[in-house]
Parts: sequence; structure tokens; C-alpha cells
Amino acid sequence: MTPDRDPARLESSAPIFAALGDATRLKLVARLCQSGPQSIARLTRGTPLTRQGITKHLRVLADAGLVRGRRLGRESRWELEPQQLIVAHRYLDLISKRWDAALRRLQELVEEGSA
Amino acid sequence: MGTTTTDRITKEILLKAPRSRVWRALTDSKEFGTWFQSVFTEPFRPGARLQGRITYPGYEHLKFDLVIEKMEPERLFSFRWHPNAVDPSLDYSKEPTTLVEFTLEEIEGGTLLKLVESGFDAIPLARRADALKANEGGWAEQMVAIEAYLRRNP
Repeated sequence: MTPDRDPARLESSAPIFAALGDATRLKLVARLCQSGPQSIARLTRGTPLTRQGITKHLRVLADAGLVRGRRLGRESRWELEPQQLIVAHRYLDLISKRWDAALRRLQELVEEGSA
Repeated sequence: MGTTTTDRITKEILLKAPRSRVWRALTDSKEFGTWFQSVFTEPFRPGARLQGRITYPGYEHLKFDLVIEKMEPERLFSFRWHPNAVDPSLDYSKEPTTLVEFTLEEIEGGTLLKLVESGFDAIPLARRADALKANEGGWAEQMVAIEAYLRRNP
């Protein structure tokens, strides 16, 4: 079984990483986190990119479920969609705690009588 | 005692026991079951697909599948499974699995055991959310979690 060699699967396996694996997109997420929902115009300010360029990056983030755009009058405001990241992290914390408990039981078992 | 991303869990623990003892506790399915709180009908061997049943009180009706990948004596033991596949009404067989790898290293004072479970990013987000809902009542710490994440990953 070599599922990691299957390109379709590989692609589907890391949408969050793919979306965040770019300096511009990471900065966009950080700015939305620090300053809350913002327009494209504001997000473009201070970057060397055009509005179209920023929009393209926001779409990649949106496809991964990390941000969402909402129409407000004549322009879109973009905001963080934190659910996905939170779910991913809290889920891992949960599994991680279970491993901690299991490894403690393993430790008790193997150290018993061999100390 | 470990690090996390969204895709993998890494743990390291120093066990004050010889490598041969740790290897037995990992690869003898009966011994594995004692600390993993489950029973298996068959011994572990590379390529084996077997079913475990949870022995933890209150969860005895739950079963899970395990596919043993590698058994390199006293060095590497790995298997694949569906993490947290505990809802008997769901068919997990078509969903991606995670890979659990134990590596053993002899060091002064005992055995250094490393555990890596990887592949979580492939697990449908809905499954992960279900696992959380089953385990935590509320979602009060959501914002704390995202802020902490972004601080660590600026």
C-alpha cells in the first residue's frame, strides 16, 4: 500500500498546509487575525501585489476553508474562518492526550520488575 | 513530551527497560492490549489485518481495525488504522488511515521509544469535528486556540 505516491490523495491530504505554505498567504492570515475583517483594498496596502494578486491568494485560502469573503455594500470584506484550524488542532490535542495516557500505561508495564 | 502540527503527533519517552522488553510489550498482541486497553483475536505479523476490541469499561462494544505494516525486530513497529473510528454505525473502511510508527533506540538507562502518528490532514474534517464533539462539550476556547496557533506560526 503506497497511498502517499498517489498524487490525487496527496493533494487532498494537505489542503491546509498547501494554503498556508506561502509567505503571502500566511501574512494575509496573520493580518486578518490581528486586525479583524478587512477589505481587499486594505489587505493590498503595504504589499507589492495588485488587488487581483491578493484576491487570488484569498481564494486559495477560502478554498481550504481558512477565510471567507462577505459582500458588504459595494465591496467584499474578508475574514478568518477559524473553525477548520481549530478543529484540526483540538482534534490532534485529543489524540495526543490519549497517546500520553497509553504510553504511561506502557511505561508502567515495561518498568515493572525491570527497574 | 512531544510536538504537534495538524498532520502528525510525535512523542518520545525514555523507558527504564531493555529494548527486548519494550519490543515484546509493543508487538505481542496480548501485551499490547494490556496498555492499549484492547484485545485482539490474532497475533501481530507484518501485513496482518486484525480487529481489536476496546476493553476500557463502558466502551467494550467498540471495535477497530488494524493493519500491521512493519516489524523490524527491536527497531521498528508500525501499523495503520482509522483513528478514533469508534462510531459503530459508520463505515470507515473507505476513509484514509493514519500511520502509527514506534521506533526503539537503546540508550543509557533504558530504551528511547519514539512514536509518530501521521496522516491526520487526510482525515475528513467532519470526522475530526465529531471526535471533538464527543469529547468536549463546549467550544469556548476556540479563539484562544487560533490565536495561539497563529502566534506559533506567524
